[in-house]
Amino acid sequence: MSASGLAPPADGEALRFRDPVRARALLRVLERATRPREADPVCLMHVCGSHEQAIARFGLRAALPKGLRVIAGPGCPVCVTDAPEVDEAVTLAERGLRVLTYGDMLRVPGSARSLADARAEGARVEVVYSVAQAVDAARACDEELVFFATGFETTAVATAAVLLGDPPPNFSVLSAHKYIPPVMEIVAEMPGTRIEGFLAAGHAATITGSAVFEPFVARHGVPVVVAGFEPLDVLAGLARLVELVRRGEPRVENAFPRCVTREGNRRAQERLWSVFEPAGGCWRGITRVPNGNLRLRPAFVRFDARRRFEAWLRDPARPAPSPLAQQCVCGDVMAGLASPSDCALFGRSCTPATPVGACMVSSEGTCRIWHQYGGHPDLGVSA
Amino acid sequence: MCLGVPGRVVAVEGLLATVDFWGVRRTVRLDVVDAPVLPGDYVLNHVGFAIRRIPEPEIEETLALYETLLRSMEAEDPMADDVRAELAAAREGEGGDER
Repeated sequence: MSASGLAPPADGEALRFRDPVRARALLRVLERATRPREADPVCLMHVCGSHEQAIARFGLRAALPKGLRVIAGPGCPVCVTDAPEVDEAVTLAERGLRVLTYGDMLRVPGSARSLADARAEGARVEVVYSVAQAVDAARACDEELVFFATGFETTAVATAAVLLGDPPPNFSVLSAHKYIPPVMEIVAEMPGTRIEGFLAAGHAATITGSAVFEPFVARHGVPVVVAGFEPLDVLAGLARLVELVRRGEPRVENAFPRCVTREGNRRAQERLWSVFEPAGGCWRGITRVPNGNLRLRPAFVRFDARRRFEAWLRDPARPAPSPLAQQCVCGDVMAGLASPSDCALFGRSCTPATPVGACMVSSEGTCRIWHQYGGHPDLGVSA
Repeated sequence: MCLGVPGRVVAVEGLLATVDFWGVRRTVRLDVVDAPVLPGDYVLNHVGFAIRRIPEPEIEETLALYETLLRSMEAEDPMADDVRAELAAAREGEGGDER
C-alpha cells in the first residue's frame, strides 16, 4: 500500500467484481448443486450486515439459482439494539449526563425517541469513533460521562480493553453489547423458518474463532460456514454451504482464512470474558435471547451505568410508540421471517431520511440496504 | 460498525501504535491484537483497536480488496461509506495528527 492517499474514484465500471470469471463459475456451481431443489429451495441465512451489503450492491440475490434462497438474519448490531436500551441512554442524556456513543446509534429509535431527538432538545449526546476517545473525554473533565456501548463481540472487545485500562471514576458504560452465537440458536429454532445452513460473519469470528460454532452445529445439525464480506467471499461461502447441505454433512468450515482461525484471537477473548459475561437479553423485534447480551461482570460493576444511575433507570420514560412505529416489521425482517418489501412503510413512510425502524437507520440494516439498491437490483456479472 | 480497516504500522510505543491508513495516520491501541506488532506489520483496525496482525502472505490480497471497495465511489454505497467513515474518523479523532 502506498501512502499516496485514496485511489481516485473509478468510472461506471466500479461496481464490478474483481474477478467476474470466478463469480460466474461460483454461480454455476450453485446452480448445479441446487437444481434438484428448484421446487423446494435450499434456504440459507447470513448473520452479517456486511454480507447483505455485498449481496444487495452486486445484485447477487437476483442472480442466485431458483433452488437457493438466501435470507438476511440478525446481523446488524445497531438494528438489534433493543428500544428499551436506547430508552435508557435517552433517559440518562435527558437527565443531563454526557452520553457518548458510536455514530450509527444516534438516530436509532427508542420506544419513541432517539438520542438525536434528545440532542435536538439540548441533551449532551456526542459521537465518538472509539470507546478510547470516550475515556479520554472522561479524563479531561470532572463530570459524569456515560458510554452507550453497542455492537457485537468484535466491538465489545474494545470496551473490555478500556475497562481493563483503569478508566477514571467518572466514566461508566451502558452496555448493550450483543453476542452472536446465541441468537443463531433462537433463529434456528424459530417456527416458520427452515434454515438449512448459516453463513457466519467473518469479522466477529476473527475474535471468537470458527470453533465457537461447533457446539451449535452439533446441536442443530446444520452447517455453518464463516465467510468474508466481499462478493466473491460470500459466493464462495454459499457454494461451500450448499455443498455441505447437499451431502448432509453438518460441520463448521472456515471460508475466510485470511482473517479467521479456528481458535480465534485468544488475547481478545480473554479480555472480553474477563470483563463481560453472557446474560439473557432482548434483541429488538426478535425475542429474549438467552446469553445474547454481554453484561459487565461483578468486578466491573463500579463502571456499570445501570448500577450507578439505578434510580433514574429503574423506571425510564417509555412513551408509547407512534402509530407508524407500531406497523414496523423490523423484528420479522431481522429474524428472516419477512423481507423489507413485505412492510407497508418501506420506501413510503420509512426511508433513510425519515426512518421508522432501526433497520432503515444503519448502513448495515437490511431495509436501508434494500432501499439503497432497490431490493432486487440488476446483476453486473451474469452477462 | 463491523468493518475493520487494514493499515501499516509506522511506530510502536507500548500499547499504542501509529498506523498509516492510505496516507492517514492515527493512533491504534494494541491491547487486544493477536500477535506482537512491529513497524512494517499490517493490522486490521476496528474502532481504534488492532484486532489482528495480518499474516504476511495475506497482506496483498487484503489491501487489494479494500482498494477495490474504496474505488467503488458510487454516490451512496453503504459498504464503501463504512470504510470511508472509518478513515474520516481517523482524520477527526484523537487530536487529529493528520488533520
